[in-house]
Amino acid sequence: MNSIETKLDEIVAEFSFFEDWTQRYEYLIELGKSLPLIAAEYKNDSNIIKGCQSKVWVHAELDKDRLVFTADSDAILTKGIIALLIRVFSGENPNAIIEANTSFIDQIGLKEHLSPTRANGLVSMIKQMKLYAIAFQTQLKP
Amino acid sequence: MFDVHHIRQDFPILSREVKGHPLVYFDNAATSQTPKQVIDVISDYYSRYNANIHRGVHTLSQEATDTYENARYYIQRHFNAAHPHEIIFTSGTTHSINIVAAGYASLLHPEDELLVSAMEHHSNIVPWQMLCEKTGATLKVIPITPLGTLDMDAFVSLLSSRTRLVFVNHVSNALGTINPIKIIIEKAHQVGAHVLIDGAQASPHIKADVQALDVDYYVTSAHKLCGPTGVGMLYGKEALLTALPPYQGGGEMIDEVTFEKTTYAALPHKFEAGTPHICGGIAFGAALEYLNKIGFENIATYENELLHYATTALLGIEGLKIYGQADPKTAVISFNIEGIHPYDIGIILDQLGIAVRTGHHCTQPIMDYFKIPGTVRASFSFYNTKEEIDRLVAGVRKAQAMLQ
Repeated sequence: MNSIETKLDEIVAEFSFFEDWTQRYEYLIELGKSLPLIAAEYKNDSNIIKGCQSKVWVHAELDKDRLVFTADSDAILTKGIIALLIRVFSGENPNAIIEANTSFIDQIGLKEHLSPTRANGLVSMIKQMKLYAIAFQTQLKP
Repeated sequence: MFDVHHIRQDFPILSREVKGHPLVYFDNAATSQTPKQVIDVISDYYSRYNANIHRGVHTLSQEATDTYENARYYIQRHFNAAHPHEIIFTSGTTHSINIVAAGYASLLHPEDELLVSAMEHHSNIVPWQMLCEKTGATLKVIPITPLGTLDMDAFVSLLSSRTRLVFVNHVSNALGTINPIKIIIEKAHQVGAHVLIDGAQASPHIKADVQALDVDYYVTSAHKLCGPTGVGMLYGKEALLTALPPYQGGGEMIDEVTFEKTTYAALPHKFEAGTPHICGGIAFGAALEYLNKIGFENIATYENELLHYATTALLGIEGLKIYGQADPKTAVISFNIEGIHPYDIGIILDQLGIAVRTGHHCTQPIMDYFKIPGTVRASFSFYNTKEEIDRLVAGVRKAQAMLQ
């Protein structure tokens, strides 16, 4: 089991303790509130992903052979999910990021946040994270 | 006698549950729900007389044609158009606007000016921007006031002999404002401009009389008024529609076709290329008939009661601000709570089985005016209740407690 898979299992296990949606959402809100997700200089128009309703900013940089993500959103629930995605993807090898699947969002009862209604920009954000991984993967090649 | 509990029995969807709660549907301005009387008409069409219209000689085709054309007559009478062929069936309001916008491409000059209100839905902005790009004409904007009404003094000062077209919605989808369209039409006519009124938000609440208004074009969608999606209408004065070039070429819209020259069919067929949404047109008529049975005055009185009840209750929540305080307005409440993103409120309300719309409501210029990313919008219909509003208020309070 690689590092991403381990983290996914941990998240699914954490969420399994919650008895109802209120507890899941309170946890998400907590995650969204507590994490400093992106440096102000990166919260700019070139890093923006415009959802129909909430905005997402995502920045990536390479640290040796690992990709480090920072991100933010103007909506707190979206930000909570971003915190989960960063926990899973950040600090990982680009190859592992490209291959990782995001069905855990579904498993932890947050499926509606990844619906293709374009409302929150999360679907585009995951796509963007994978695109960064592809771009940096080519840089890493000798 | 208006009895909401009796009326609710007409709407099968209102008895379903969402996430373990009885559904509270407050997204009526996006689309309305369908009563069984209309569902039955749709089912009856496919069960008994589904056929292509206007061309077949067989019985089914004749029955379908007659029923479809009867729906057009019904819609004509409802809006008090002078002729049935002034009612063009379209796929909806957006399609209707595009027919008119495309038609004016060959009728405008670079020195011409078009006036659009700042509270329009994107569908009543973008087609005109595209028309201006094609023709070199200028699009000017009628500003709004902090209460969410049109700045009528500014409107009058924008009018000139250069003004060719004016576009305003009858009712604002984001704010609920009922615009003084009769005055707007009169003033525009004084300078020789034509007026298109977007009636999509008004049609479920207000019965517009196109002759009394003397409006040039009036457009709406069936799904806003208890009919199906994918069908709507363009009303236009006979002389104007006759002068307007056709929008799409194809079957149904022709008189004679040769490779040398094709002549177009008369109204309304000139604008109805291809096989139309036959069942949709029939159901559109049935939906209006349903609303007329309840009575537009009864609907307006009851919805107004809901509006005032909800406004008072929501304003009791600390930090809640309502956008759009026009008088008169329809039963739409657009609001925000200080420090909370509307999207977060919408998601939590959904967990409680309450459907509202959040976001910019396809009216980004209004959001820019108020300097907000969007609002939470609760829009009520005659089948909603005060008990449902109580649940909304409790839901918003819960969301506030969780999010702040």
